[in-house]
Amino acid sequence: MERKHAIFPARVGIIFLTPAILFVIVFLLYPFVRVFLLSFTNQTLLGTTAPNPEFVGLDNYRHLFNPDRWMRLGEFGSALKITTQFVVGSALIGQAGMGMLIAWAFYRKRGVLREVVFTLVILAWIIPETVVAFTWVAFLDWEFGTLNSVLETVGLGRPDWLFERPLQSIILFNSWRGTAFSMLLFSGALETIPPSYVETAEVVGATAWQKFRDIFFPLLRGHILTDLILITLWTFNVFTPFLLTGGGPAKRTEVVSIYTYRTAFMGRHEFGKGSSIAVVMMLINLGLALIYLASIRRRRAT
Amino acid sequence: MNSFVIRSWLARGLLFAFSVVIAASFVTPLLWLITAPFNTQANLAVTIPTNPSLANFEAVYHNKFAMRALFQNNLIIGGGVMVLVAGVATMASYGLSRTHVPGRDVLVYVLILFSSVVSGTAAMVPIFLLVFRLGLIDTYAGVILVMTGGLLPSAIFIMRDFIDSIPRSYEEAALVCGASSLRVFRDVALPMVRPGVVVVAIWAFVNAWGAFLIPSVLLRSPDRMPASIASYSFYTEAGTPNLTLLSAYAFLYTIPVLVLYLIVNWRFGFRFFGGIKS
Repeated sequence: MERKHAIFPARVGIIFLTPAILFVIVFLLYPFVRVFLLSFTNQTLLGTTAPNPEFVGLDNYRHLFNPDRWMRLGEFGSALKITTQFVVGSALIGQAGMGMLIAWAFYRKRGVLREVVFTLVILAWIIPETVVAFTWVAFLDWEFGTLNSVLETVGLGRPDWLFERPLQSIILFNSWRGTAFSMLLFSGALETIPPSYVETAEVVGATAWQKFRDIFFPLLRGHILTDLILITLWTFNVFTPFLLTGGGPAKRTEVVSIYTYRTAFMGRHEFGKGSSIAVVMMLINLGLALIYLASIRRRRAT
Repeated sequence: MNSFVIRSWLARGLLFAFSVVIAASFVTPLLWLITAPFNTQANLAVTIPTNPSLANFEAVYHNKFAMRALFQNNLIIGGGVMVLVAGVATMASYGLSRTHVPGRDVLVYVLILFSSVVSGTAAMVPIFLLVFRLGLIDTYAGVILVMTGGLLPSAIFIMRDFIDSIPRSYEEAALVCGASSLRVFRDVALPMVRPGVVVVAIWAFVNAWGAFLIPSVLLRSPDRMPASIASYSFYTEAGTPNLTLLSAYAFLYTIPVLVLYLIVNWRFGFRFFGGIKS
Protein backbone atom coordinates (compact mmCIF):
# COMPACT_ATOMS: atom_id res chain seq x y z
CA MET A 1 0.00 0.00 0.00
CA GLU A 2 1.49 3.30 -1.03
CA ARG A 3 1.64 5.96 1.61
CA LYS A 4 0.12 9.23 0.54
CA HIS A 5 -0.05 12.18 2.85
CA ALA A 6 -3.20 12.52 4.89
CA ILE A 7 -5.68 15.25 4.05
CA PHE A 8 -7.44 15.13 7.39
CA PRO A 9 -6.19 14.41 10.91
CA ALA A 10 -6.63 10.87 12.24
CA ARG A 11 -9.48 12.02 14.48
CA VAL A 12 -11.63 12.72 11.41
CA GLY A 13 -10.66 9.37 9.92
CA ILE A 14 -11.87 7.56 13.01
CA ILE A 15 -15.24 9.28 12.72
CA PHE A 16 -15.53 8.16 9.10
CA LEU A 17 -14.55 4.59 10.00
CA THR A 18 -16.68 4.16 13.11
CA PRO A 19 -19.86 2.78 11.49
CA ALA A 20 -17.87 0.23 9.48
CA ILE A 21 -15.83 -0.81 12.52
CA LEU A 22 -19.02 -1.33 14.52
CA PHE A 23 -20.42 -3.59 11.79
CA VAL A 24 -17.19 -5.57 11.61
CA ILE A 25 -17.09 -6.08 15.38
CA VAL A 26 -20.77 -7.03 15.74
CA PHE A 27 -21.24 -9.13 12.61
CA LEU A 28 -17.78 -10.60 11.98
CA LEU A 29 -15.58 -10.66 15.08
CA TYR A 30 -18.26 -11.33 17.70
CA PRO A 31 -19.84 -14.28 15.79
CA PHE A 32 -16.35 -15.72 15.28
CA VAL A 33 -15.64 -15.74 19.03
CA ARG A 34 -19.16 -16.74 20.00
CA VAL A 35 -19.24 -19.79 17.76
CA PHE A 36 -16.19 -21.23 19.55
CA LEU A 37 -17.86 -20.83 22.94
CA LEU A 38 -21.14 -22.27 21.69
CA SER A 39 -19.42 -25.33 20.31
CA PHE A 40 -18.62 -26.50 23.87
CA THR A 41 -22.30 -26.37 24.92
CA ASN A 42 -25.48 -28.30 24.20
CA GLN A 43 -27.42 -25.17 23.24
CA THR A 44 -30.63 -25.84 21.31
CA LEU A 45 -33.45 -23.61 20.10
CA LEU A 46 -36.24 -25.46 21.89
CA GLY A 47 -36.50 -27.61 25.00
CA THR A 48 -34.77 -27.39 28.37
CA THR A 49 -31.31 -26.66 26.99
CA ALA A 50 -32.56 -23.52 25.17
CA PRO A 51 -32.54 -21.09 28.11
CA ASN A 52 -29.81 -22.86 30.11
CA PRO A 53 -27.28 -24.55 27.88
CA GLU A 54 -24.77 -26.77 29.69
CA PHE A 55 -21.05 -26.96 29.19
CA VAL A 56 -20.33 -30.29 27.54
CA GLY A 57 -16.61 -29.98 26.85
CA LEU A 58 -15.49 -31.67 23.68
CA ASP A 59 -18.62 -33.82 23.28
CA ASN A 60 -19.77 -32.15 20.09
CA TYR A 61 -16.36 -32.63 18.50
CA ARG A 62 -16.20 -36.24 19.67
CA HIS A 63 -19.52 -36.79 18.03
CA LEU A 64 -18.37 -35.20 14.75
CA PHE A 65 -15.17 -37.19 14.56
CA ASN A 66 -16.49 -40.46 15.97
CA PRO A 67 -14.49 -42.94 13.85
CA ASP A 68 -17.21 -45.60 13.94
CA ARG A 69 -19.76 -43.57 12.07
CA TRP A 70 -18.33 -40.35 10.69
CA MET A 71 -17.96 -41.66 7.13
CA ARG A 72 -21.60 -42.81 6.89
CA LEU A 73 -23.89 -40.81 4.61
CA GLY A 74 -25.35 -37.89 6.55
CA GLU A 75 -22.38 -37.70 8.95
CA PHE A 76 -19.56 -35.17 9.10
CA GLY A 77 -16.82 -37.19 7.40
CA SER A 78 -19.09 -38.06 4.54
CA ALA A 79 -20.11 -34.40 4.18
CA LEU A 80 -16.43 -33.39 4.04
CA LYS A 81 -15.71 -36.01 1.40
CA ILE A 82 -18.67 -34.93 -0.73
CA THR A 83 -17.62 -31.29 -0.33
CA THR A 84 -14.09 -32.11 -1.47
CA GLN A 85 -15.40 -33.82 -4.59
CA PHE A 86 -17.75 -30.91 -5.17
CA VAL A 87 -14.98 -28.29 -4.81
CA VAL A 88 -12.47 -30.17 -6.97
CA GLY A 89 -15.02 -31.01 -9.66
CA SER A 90 -17.00 -27.79 -9.91
CA ALA A 91 -14.54 -25.08 -8.84
CA LEU A 92 -11.01 -26.23 -9.58
CA ILE A 93 -11.78 -28.18 -12.76
CA GLY A 94 -15.13 -26.79 -13.97
CA GLN A 95 -15.01 -23.08 -13.21
CA ALA A 96 -11.28 -22.43 -13.38
CA GLY A 97 -10.79 -24.67 -16.44
CA MET A 98 -13.69 -23.28 -18.39
CA GLY A 99 -12.93 -19.72 -17.28
CA MET A 100 -9.34 -20.03 -18.48
CA LEU A 101 -10.42 -21.60 -21.77
CA ILE A 102 -12.90 -18.82 -22.55
CA ALA A 103 -10.57 -16.02 -21.45
CA TRP A 104 -7.76 -17.47 -23.53
CA ALA A 105 -9.93 -18.03 -26.63
CA PHE A 106 -10.86 -14.34 -26.60
CA TYR A 107 -7.39 -13.04 -25.75
CA ARG A 108 -6.99 -9.65 -27.48
CA LYS A 109 -10.24 -10.09 -29.38
CA ARG A 110 -13.25 -7.83 -29.40
CA GLY A 111 -16.55 -8.16 -31.18
CA VAL A 112 -19.99 -9.71 -31.15
CA LEU A 113 -18.87 -13.28 -30.38
CA ARG A 114 -17.06 -12.18 -27.27
CA GLU A 115 -19.95 -9.99 -26.15
CA VAL A 116 -22.46 -12.83 -26.54
CA VAL A 117 -20.35 -15.44 -24.77
CA PHE A 118 -19.33 -13.13 -21.90
CA THR A 119 -22.90 -11.89 -21.39
CA LEU A 120 -24.35 -15.40 -21.21
CA VAL A 121 -21.66 -16.62 -18.81
CA ILE A 122 -22.20 -13.55 -16.61
CA LEU A 123 -26.00 -14.02 -16.65
CA ALA A 124 -25.58 -17.52 -15.22
CA TRP A 125 -23.65 -15.88 -12.40
CA ILE A 126 -25.96 -12.98 -11.47
CA ILE A 127 -29.50 -14.38 -11.76
CA PRO A 128 -31.02 -15.04 -8.29
CA GLU A 129 -30.08 -18.45 -6.92
CA THR A 130 -33.63 -19.72 -6.45
CA VAL A 131 -34.42 -18.91 -10.09
CA VAL A 132 -31.40 -20.78 -11.46
CA ALA A 133 -32.25 -23.69 -9.17
CA PHE A 134 -35.75 -23.88 -10.72
CA THR A 135 -34.46 -23.67 -14.29
CA TRP A 136 -31.92 -26.40 -13.53
CA VAL A 137 -34.55 -28.70 -12.08
CA ALA A 138 -36.36 -28.28 -15.41
CA PHE A 139 -33.12 -28.65 -17.40
CA LEU A 140 -32.15 -31.88 -15.61
CA ASP A 141 -35.61 -33.44 -15.55
CA TRP A 142 -35.59 -37.10 -16.59
CA GLU A 143 -38.65 -36.94 -18.82
CA PHE A 144 -38.91 -33.38 -20.17
CA GLY A 145 -35.50 -31.87 -19.44
CA THR A 146 -33.57 -30.23 -22.25
CA LEU A 147 -30.33 -31.95 -21.27
CA ASN A 148 -31.79 -35.42 -21.74
CA SER A 149 -33.42 -34.43 -25.04
CA VAL A 150 -30.00 -33.40 -26.31
CA LEU A 151 -28.25 -36.46 -24.89
CA GLU A 152 -30.80 -38.82 -26.39
CA THR A 153 -30.53 -37.21 -29.79
CA VAL A 154 -26.81 -37.90 -29.86
CA GLY A 155 -27.36 -41.41 -28.48
CA LEU A 156 -26.01 -40.94 -24.95
CA GLY A 157 -29.01 -42.29 -23.09
CA ARG A 158 -31.39 -40.68 -20.64
CA PRO A 159 -30.06 -40.74 -17.08
CA ASP A 160 -32.23 -39.59 -14.20
CA TRP A 161 -29.77 -36.88 -13.18
CA LEU A 162 -30.99 -35.75 -9.79
CA PHE A 163 -31.57 -39.31 -8.55
CA GLU A 164 -28.94 -41.46 -10.21
CA ARG A 165 -26.15 -38.88 -10.47
CA PRO A 166 -26.94 -36.20 -7.90
CA LEU A 167 -23.30 -35.29 -7.18
CA GLN A 168 -22.48 -34.94 -10.88
CA SER A 169 -25.62 -32.81 -11.21
CA ILE A 170 -24.59 -30.26 -8.60
CA ILE A 171 -21.01 -30.26 -9.93
CA LEU A 172 -22.29 -29.50 -13.42
CA PHE A 173 -24.64 -26.89 -12.02
CA ASN A 174 -22.00 -25.11 -9.96
CA SER A 175 -19.49 -25.11 -12.81
CA TRP A 176 -22.08 -23.37 -14.95
CA ARG A 177 -23.08 -21.00 -12.16
CA GLY A 178 -19.61 -19.74 -11.23
CA THR A 179 -17.44 -19.80 -14.36
CA ALA A 180 -17.95 -16.05 -14.84
CA PHE A 181 -15.68 -15.10 -11.95
CA SER A 182 -12.67 -17.06 -13.22
CA MET A 183 -13.35 -15.95 -16.78
CA LEU A 184 -13.38 -12.26 -15.82
CA LEU A 185 -10.36 -12.59 -13.58
CA PHE A 186 -8.29 -14.42 -16.20
CA SER A 187 -9.37 -12.19 -19.06
CA GLY A 188 -8.41 -9.14 -17.02
CA ALA A 189 -5.09 -10.76 -16.15
CA LEU A 190 -4.35 -11.67 -19.77
CA GLU A 191 -4.68 -8.01 -20.75
CA THR A 192 -1.72 -7.19 -18.53
CA ILE A 193 0.62 -9.34 -20.64
CA PRO A 194 2.66 -7.18 -23.02
CA PRO A 195 1.62 -7.97 -26.63
CA SER A 196 5.27 -7.99 -27.69
CA TYR A 197 5.87 -11.24 -25.76
CA VAL A 198 3.18 -13.01 -27.74
CA GLU A 199 4.17 -11.44 -31.05
CA THR A 200 7.76 -12.56 -30.58
CA ALA A 201 6.57 -16.09 -29.88
CA GLU A 202 4.40 -16.02 -32.99
CA VAL A 203 7.30 -14.83 -35.13
CA VAL A 204 9.38 -17.82 -34.08
CA GLY A 205 6.41 -20.09 -34.81
CA ALA A 206 5.31 -21.18 -31.35
CA THR A 207 2.16 -23.32 -31.19
CA ALA A 208 -0.85 -22.28 -29.11
CA TRP A 209 0.07 -24.80 -26.42
CA GLN A 210 3.69 -23.57 -26.30
CA LYS A 211 2.50 -19.99 -25.96
CA PHE A 212 0.23 -21.01 -23.12
CA ARG A 213 2.90 -23.04 -21.34
CA ASP A 214 5.85 -20.68 -21.77
CA ILE A 215 4.26 -17.23 -21.71
CA PHE A 216 0.76 -17.17 -20.24
CA PHE A 217 1.13 -19.74 -17.53
CA PRO A 218 4.33 -18.38 -15.91
CA LEU A 219 3.06 -14.79 -16.08
CA LEU A 220 -0.38 -15.65 -14.76
CA ARG A 221 0.75 -18.01 -12.01
CA GLY A 222 -0.15 -15.46 -9.34
CA HIS A 223 -3.61 -14.81 -10.79
CA ILE A 224 -4.26 -18.52 -11.14
CA LEU A 225 -3.36 -19.08 -7.50
CA THR A 226 -5.59 -16.19 -6.41
CA ASP A 227 -8.45 -17.56 -8.47
CA LEU A 228 -8.09 -21.13 -7.21
CA ILE A 229 -7.97 -20.10 -3.54
CA LEU A 230 -10.96 -17.76 -3.80
CA ILE A 231 -13.23 -20.13 -5.71
CA THR A 232 -12.25 -22.96 -3.36
CA LEU A 233 -13.21 -20.78 -0.42
CA TRP A 234 -16.54 -19.76 -1.92
CA THR A 235 -17.49 -23.19 -3.22
CA PHE A 236 -16.63 -24.71 0.15
CA ASN A 237 -19.22 -22.41 1.77
CA VAL A 238 -21.85 -22.24 -0.96
CA PHE A 239 -25.40 -23.18 -0.01
CA THR A 240 -27.08 -23.15 -3.44
CA PRO A 241 -26.94 -26.97 -4.01
CA PHE A 242 -29.54 -27.16 -1.24
CA LEU A 243 -32.04 -25.46 -3.54
CA LEU A 244 -31.40 -28.08 -6.22
CA THR A 245 -31.28 -31.31 -4.21
CA GLY A 246 -31.94 -30.46 -0.56
CA GLY A 247 -28.83 -32.53 0.17
CA GLY A 248 -30.43 -35.71 -1.12
CA PRO A 249 -31.34 -38.18 -2.32
CA ALA A 250 -30.33 -40.12 0.80
CA LYS A 251 -27.83 -37.35 1.79
CA ARG A 252 -25.68 -38.07 -1.25
CA THR A 253 -25.25 -34.35 -1.99
CA GLU A 254 -25.00 -33.21 1.61
CA VAL A 255 -22.03 -30.86 1.50
CA VAL A 256 -20.85 -29.37 4.82
CA SER A 257 -22.84 -26.16 4.41
CA ILE A 258 -26.03 -28.21 4.08
CA TYR A 259 -24.96 -30.48 6.95
CA THR A 260 -24.53 -27.41 9.15
CA TYR A 261 -27.89 -26.05 8.07
CA ARG A 262 -29.67 -29.34 8.74
CA THR A 263 -28.08 -29.67 12.19
CA ALA A 264 -28.64 -26.11 13.38
CA PHE A 265 -31.73 -24.93 11.55
CA MET A 266 -33.85 -28.02 10.96
CA GLY A 267 -35.22 -30.75 13.21
CA ARG A 268 -33.99 -30.26 16.76
CA HIS A 269 -32.05 -27.07 16.03
CA GLU A 270 -28.88 -28.26 17.73
CA PHE A 271 -26.89 -25.03 17.87
CA GLY A 272 -24.13 -26.49 20.01
CA LYS A 273 -23.40 -29.27 17.59
CA GLY A 274 -23.97 -26.95 14.63
CA SER A 275 -21.41 -24.56 16.14
CA SER A 276 -18.78 -27.29 16.33
CA ILE A 277 -19.27 -27.93 12.59
CA ALA A 278 -19.14 -24.18 11.97
CA VAL A 279 -15.86 -23.97 13.93
CA VAL A 280 -14.25 -26.64 11.74
CA MET A 281 -15.54 -24.88 8.61
CA MET A 282 -14.25 -21.51 9.77
CA LEU A 283 -10.84 -22.98 10.60
CA ILE A 284 -10.65 -24.40 7.07
CA ASN A 285 -11.72 -20.97 5.74
CA LEU A 286 -9.08 -19.34 7.91
CA GLY A 287 -6.41 -21.63 6.48
CA LEU A 288 -7.42 -20.79 2.91
CA ALA A 289 -7.65 -17.06 3.64
CA LEU A 290 -4.19 -17.04 5.26
CA ILE A 291 -2.71 -18.79 2.22
CA TYR A 292 -4.40 -16.17 0.05
CA LEU A 293 -3.03 -13.24 2.07
CA ALA A 294 0.43 -14.77 2.22
CA SER A 295 0.47 -15.27 -1.54
CA ILE A 296 -0.54 -11.65 -2.16
CA ARG A 297 2.09 -10.40 0.25
CA ARG A 298 4.83 -12.51 -1.31
CA ARG A 299 3.99 -11.21 -4.77
CA ARG A 300 4.00 -7.62 -3.55
CA ALA A 301 7.40 -8.16 -2.01
CA THR A 302 9.00 -9.52 -5.17
CA MET B 1 -4.08 -17.71 -50.95
CA ASN B 2 -1.01 -18.01 -48.86
CA SER B 3 -0.79 -20.14 -45.76
CA PHE B 4 -1.15 -17.17 -43.43
CA VAL B 5 -4.58 -16.31 -44.80
CA ILE B 6 -5.69 -19.96 -44.54
CA ARG B 7 -4.45 -20.14 -40.97
CA SER B 8 -6.25 -16.97 -40.04
CA TRP B 9 -9.53 -18.24 -41.54
CA LEU B 10 -9.07 -21.52 -39.77
CA ALA B 11 -8.52 -19.73 -36.46
CA ARG B 12 -11.61 -17.63 -37.01
CA GLY B 13 -13.71 -20.70 -37.80
CA LEU B 14 -12.44 -22.46 -34.68
CA LEU B 15 -13.24 -19.48 -32.52
CA PHE B 16 -16.72 -19.31 -34.01
CA ALA B 17 -17.37 -23.00 -33.35
CA PHE B 18 -16.02 -22.65 -29.80
CA SER B 19 -18.25 -19.62 -29.15
CA VAL B 20 -21.33 -21.44 -30.41
CA VAL B 21 -20.66 -24.43 -28.13
CA ILE B 22 -19.99 -22.28 -25.03
CA ALA B 23 -22.89 -19.91 -25.68
CA ALA B 24 -25.25 -22.85 -26.25
CA SER B 25 -24.20 -24.64 -23.07
CA PHE B 26 -24.62 -21.51 -20.99
CA VAL B 27 -27.96 -20.44 -22.41
CA THR B 28 -29.71 -23.83 -22.62
CA PRO B 29 -30.36 -24.20 -18.86
CA LEU B 30 -32.01 -20.75 -18.95
CA LEU B 31 -34.31 -21.33 -21.93
CA TRP B 32 -37.10 -22.67 -19.75
CA LEU B 33 -37.24 -19.34 -17.94
CA ILE B 34 -37.92 -17.60 -21.25
CA THR B 35 -40.48 -19.98 -22.75
CA ALA B 36 -42.51 -21.39 -19.83
CA PRO B 37 -43.88 -18.08 -18.45
CA PHE B 38 -45.67 -17.40 -21.74
CA ASN B 39 -47.10 -20.88 -22.10
CA THR B 40 -50.38 -21.59 -20.28
CA GLN B 41 -49.68 -25.33 -20.43
CA ALA B 42 -46.03 -25.17 -19.43
CA ASN B 43 -44.33 -28.29 -18.11
CA LEU B 44 -40.61 -28.84 -17.51
CA ALA B 45 -39.89 -29.02 -21.23
CA VAL B 46 -38.65 -26.10 -23.27
CA THR B 47 -41.33 -25.60 -25.92
CA ILE B 48 -41.95 -22.45 -27.84
CA PRO B 49 -45.56 -21.59 -26.95
CA THR B 50 -47.91 -21.78 -29.92
CA ASN B 51 -50.21 -19.16 -28.43
CA PRO B 52 -47.97 -16.93 -26.35
CA SER B 53 -50.04 -15.47 -23.55
CA LEU B 54 -49.70 -13.33 -20.47
CA ALA B 55 -52.30 -15.33 -18.57
CA ASN B 56 -49.67 -16.80 -16.23
CA PHE B 57 -48.61 -13.33 -15.18
CA GLU B 58 -52.20 -12.38 -14.55
CA ALA B 59 -52.63 -15.41 -12.28
CA VAL B 60 -49.42 -14.56 -10.43
CA TYR B 61 -50.68 -11.02 -9.97
CA HIS B 62 -53.61 -12.38 -7.98
CA ASN B 63 -51.34 -14.16 -5.52
CA LYS B 64 -51.19 -11.41 -2.92
CA PHE B 65 -48.58 -13.12 -0.80
CA ALA B 66 -46.12 -13.53 -3.67
CA MET B 67 -46.75 -10.02 -4.98
CA ARG B 68 -46.11 -8.49 -1.57
CA ALA B 69 -42.90 -10.48 -1.32
CA LEU B 70 -41.66 -9.10 -4.61
CA PHE B 71 -42.88 -5.52 -4.59
CA GLN B 72 -42.74 -4.78 -0.89
CA ASN B 73 -40.43 -7.09 1.05
CA ASN B 74 -37.74 -7.37 -1.61
CA LEU B 75 -37.71 -3.62 -2.14
CA ILE B 76 -37.50 -2.87 1.59
CA ILE B 77 -34.71 -5.36 2.18
CA GLY B 78 -32.84 -4.55 -1.05
CA GLY B 79 -33.27 -0.81 -0.54
CA GLY B 80 -32.18 -0.92 3.10
CA VAL B 81 -29.09 -2.97 2.32
CA MET B 82 -28.27 -0.73 -0.63
CA VAL B 83 -28.41 2.50 1.37
CA LEU B 84 -26.54 1.14 4.39
CA VAL B 85 -23.79 -0.62 2.42
CA ALA B 86 -23.21 2.30 0.06
CA GLY B 87 -23.25 4.86 2.88
CA VAL B 88 -21.07 3.04 5.40
CA ALA B 89 -18.64 1.74 2.75
CA THR B 90 -18.20 5.17 1.17
CA MET B 91 -17.45 6.79 4.51
CA ALA B 92 -15.09 4.02 5.56
CA SER B 93 -13.10 3.91 2.35
CA TYR B 94 -12.90 7.69 2.32
CA GLY B 95 -11.48 7.58 5.83
CA LEU B 96 -9.01 4.86 4.82
CA SER B 97 -7.90 6.78 1.77
CA ARG B 98 -7.59 10.32 3.13
CA THR B 99 -6.34 9.92 6.68
CA HIS B 100 -3.72 7.95 8.54
CA VAL B 101 -5.72 6.28 11.23
CA PRO B 102 -3.43 4.33 13.55
CA GLY B 103 -3.78 0.60 12.91
CA ARG B 104 -5.16 1.13 9.43
CA ASP B 105 -3.23 -1.77 7.91
CA VAL B 106 -4.37 -4.10 10.68
CA LEU B 107 -7.95 -3.06 10.06
CA VAL B 108 -7.68 -3.83 6.35
CA TYR B 109 -6.05 -7.19 7.13
CA VAL B 110 -8.80 -8.12 9.60
CA LEU B 111 -11.39 -7.06 7.05
CA ILE B 112 -10.05 -9.33 4.29
CA LEU B 113 -9.46 -12.22 6.65
CA PHE B 114 -12.73 -12.29 8.56
CA SER B 115 -14.99 -11.48 5.65
CA SER B 116 -13.90 -14.76 4.07
CA VAL B 117 -13.82 -16.74 7.32
CA VAL B 118 -17.16 -15.71 8.84
CA SER B 119 -19.43 -16.45 5.88
CA GLY B 120 -22.17 -18.71 4.64
CA THR B 121 -24.04 -21.28 6.72
CA ALA B 122 -21.25 -21.53 9.30
CA ALA B 123 -21.66 -17.85 10.22
CA MET B 124 -25.43 -18.16 10.44
CA VAL B 125 -25.28 -20.25 13.64
CA PRO B 126 -23.79 -17.54 15.91
CA ILE B 127 -25.49 -14.78 13.91
CA PHE B 128 -28.91 -16.31 14.47
CA LEU B 129 -28.35 -16.28 18.24
CA LEU B 130 -27.02 -12.73 18.07
CA VAL B 131 -30.08 -11.50 16.18
CA PHE B 132 -32.26 -13.47 18.60
CA ARG B 133 -30.66 -11.67 21.57
CA LEU B 134 -31.07 -8.31 19.89
CA GLY B 135 -34.77 -9.10 19.53
CA LEU B 136 -34.55 -8.74 15.76
CA ILE B 137 -35.71 -12.20 14.66
CA ASP B 138 -38.49 -11.87 12.08
CA THR B 139 -37.79 -8.19 11.38
CA TYR B 140 -36.58 -6.44 8.24
CA ALA B 141 -33.98 -4.67 10.36
CA GLY B 142 -32.38 -7.97 11.40
CA VAL B 143 -32.08 -9.16 7.80
CA ILE B 144 -30.81 -5.79 6.56
CA LEU B 145 -28.16 -5.45 9.28
CA VAL B 146 -26.84 -9.00 8.85
CA MET B 147 -26.65 -8.66 5.08
CA THR B 148 -24.92 -5.30 5.40
CA GLY B 149 -22.34 -6.80 7.75
CA GLY B 150 -21.61 -9.55 5.24
CA LEU B 151 -21.35 -7.31 2.18
CA LEU B 152 -19.49 -4.41 3.79
CA PRO B 153 -15.88 -5.67 3.50
CA SER B 154 -16.10 -6.26 -0.25
CA ALA B 155 -17.96 -2.98 -0.70
CA ILE B 156 -15.15 -1.12 1.07
CA PHE B 157 -12.58 -2.61 -1.30
CA ILE B 158 -14.64 -1.71 -4.36
CA MET B 159 -15.08 1.87 -3.09
CA ARG B 160 -11.44 2.29 -2.17
CA ASP B 161 -10.43 1.81 -5.79
CA PHE B 162 -12.76 4.57 -6.89
CA ILE B 163 -11.68 6.94 -4.13
CA ASP B 164 -7.96 6.30 -4.60
CA SER B 165 -8.38 7.16 -8.27
CA ILE B 166 -9.82 10.65 -7.82
CA PRO B 167 -7.42 13.61 -7.51
CA ARG B 168 -6.99 15.16 -4.09
CA SER B 169 -6.30 18.69 -5.24
CA TYR B 170 -9.95 19.82 -5.13
CA GLU B 171 -10.36 18.64 -1.58
CA GLU B 172 -7.11 20.29 -0.56
CA ALA B 173 -8.17 23.53 -2.22
CA ALA B 174 -11.49 23.44 -0.39
CA LEU B 175 -9.70 22.84 2.91
CA VAL B 176 -7.40 25.79 2.30
CA CYS B 177 -10.50 27.94 1.71
CA GLY B 178 -11.67 26.93 5.18
CA ALA B 179 -14.30 24.27 4.46
CA SER B 180 -14.98 21.79 7.25
CA SER B 181 -14.04 18.13 6.76
CA LEU B 182 -17.68 17.13 6.53
CA ARG B 183 -18.24 19.75 3.87
CA VAL B 184 -15.20 18.64 1.88
CA PHE B 185 -16.50 15.08 1.96
CA ARG B 186 -20.07 15.95 1.06
CA ASP B 187 -19.66 18.75 -1.45
CA VAL B 188 -16.28 18.07 -3.04
CA ALA B 189 -15.39 14.37 -2.80
CA LEU B 190 -18.85 12.79 -2.98
CA PRO B 191 -19.84 14.25 -6.37
CA MET B 192 -16.59 12.93 -7.83
CA VAL B 193 -17.00 9.37 -6.50
CA ARG B 194 -20.65 9.16 -7.48
CA PRO B 195 -20.02 6.44 -10.11
CA GLY B 196 -18.39 4.33 -7.40
CA VAL B 197 -21.31 4.85 -5.04
CA VAL B 198 -23.72 3.83 -7.82
CA VAL B 199 -21.76 0.66 -8.61
CA VAL B 200 -21.54 -0.35 -4.94
CA ALA B 201 -25.22 0.43 -4.38
CA ILE B 202 -26.33 -1.68 -7.36
CA TRP B 203 -23.99 -4.50 -6.39
CA ALA B 204 -25.38 -4.54 -2.83
CA PHE B 205 -28.97 -4.36 -4.06
CA VAL B 206 -28.54 -7.29 -6.46
CA ASN B 207 -26.93 -9.37 -3.72
CA ALA B 208 -29.74 -8.65 -1.28
CA TRP B 209 -32.37 -9.17 -3.98
CA GLY B 210 -31.29 -12.75 -4.67
CA ALA B 211 -30.45 -13.85 -1.13
CA PHE B 212 -32.09 -17.00 0.21
CA LEU B 213 -30.15 -18.28 3.21
CA ILE B 214 -30.20 -15.20 5.48
CA PRO B 215 -33.93 -14.42 5.21
CA SER B 216 -34.83 -18.10 5.45
CA VAL B 217 -32.99 -18.34 8.77
CA LEU B 218 -33.95 -14.97 10.26
CA LEU B 219 -37.55 -14.49 9.13
CA ARG B 220 -40.67 -16.32 10.37
CA SER B 221 -43.87 -14.64 9.21
CA PRO B 222 -44.98 -15.22 5.60
CA ASP B 223 -45.80 -11.50 5.39
CA ARG B 224 -42.15 -10.53 5.51
CA MET B 225 -40.63 -13.20 3.25
CA PRO B 226 -38.72 -11.99 0.18
CA ALA B 227 -39.37 -13.39 -3.30
CA SER B 228 -36.64 -16.04 -3.08
CA ILE B 229 -38.67 -17.80 -0.38
CA ALA B 230 -42.12 -16.77 -1.63
CA SER B 231 -41.38 -18.65 -4.89
CA TYR B 232 -42.04 -21.81 -2.96
CA SER B 233 -45.65 -20.71 -2.39
CA PHE B 234 -46.30 -21.99 -5.91
CA TYR B 235 -45.73 -25.52 -4.64
CA THR B 236 -48.66 -27.57 -3.41
CA GLU B 237 -48.65 -29.15 0.04
CA ALA B 238 -47.51 -32.36 -1.62
CA GLY B 239 -44.46 -30.57 -2.99
CA THR B 240 -45.38 -30.42 -6.66
CA PRO B 241 -44.84 -27.03 -8.22
CA ASN B 242 -47.40 -25.12 -10.25
CA LEU B 243 -44.99 -24.63 -13.14
CA THR B 244 -46.91 -22.03 -15.10
CA LEU B 245 -47.12 -19.66 -12.15
CA LEU B 246 -43.70 -20.48 -10.78
CA SER B 247 -42.00 -19.72 -14.10
CA ALA B 248 -43.90 -16.46 -14.53
CA TYR B 249 -42.98 -15.38 -11.01
CA ALA B 250 -39.33 -16.35 -11.45
CA PHE B 251 -39.32 -14.32 -14.65
CA LEU B 252 -40.64 -11.19 -12.90
CA TYR B 253 -38.19 -11.74 -10.06
CA THR B 254 -35.25 -11.87 -12.49
CA ILE B 255 -36.08 -8.75 -14.53
CA PRO B 256 -34.68 -6.13 -12.09
CA VAL B 257 -31.36 -7.98 -11.97
CA LEU B 258 -31.14 -7.99 -15.76
CA VAL B 259 -32.04 -4.31 -16.00
CA LEU B 260 -29.44 -3.33 -13.41
CA TYR B 261 -26.82 -5.48 -15.17
CA LEU B 262 -27.57 -3.70 -18.45
CA ILE B 263 -27.31 -0.29 -16.77
CA VAL B 264 -23.96 -1.09 -15.17
CA ASN B 265 -22.68 -2.63 -18.38
CA TRP B 266 -23.75 0.36 -20.43
CA ARG B 267 -22.56 3.09 -18.06
CA PHE B 268 -19.39 1.59 -16.67
CA GLY B 269 -18.65 -1.63 -18.55
CA PHE B 270 -19.09 -4.77 -16.47
CA ARG B 271 -15.73 -5.58 -14.95
CA PHE B 272 -14.13 -6.16 -11.61
CA PHE B 273 -14.41 -3.21 -9.37
CA GLY B 274 -11.60 -3.57 -6.88
CA GLY B 275 -11.49 -6.27 -4.28
CA ILE B 276 -9.64 -8.83 -6.34
CA LYS B 277 -6.06 -7.73 -6.34
CA SER B 278 -3.25 -9.93 -7.43
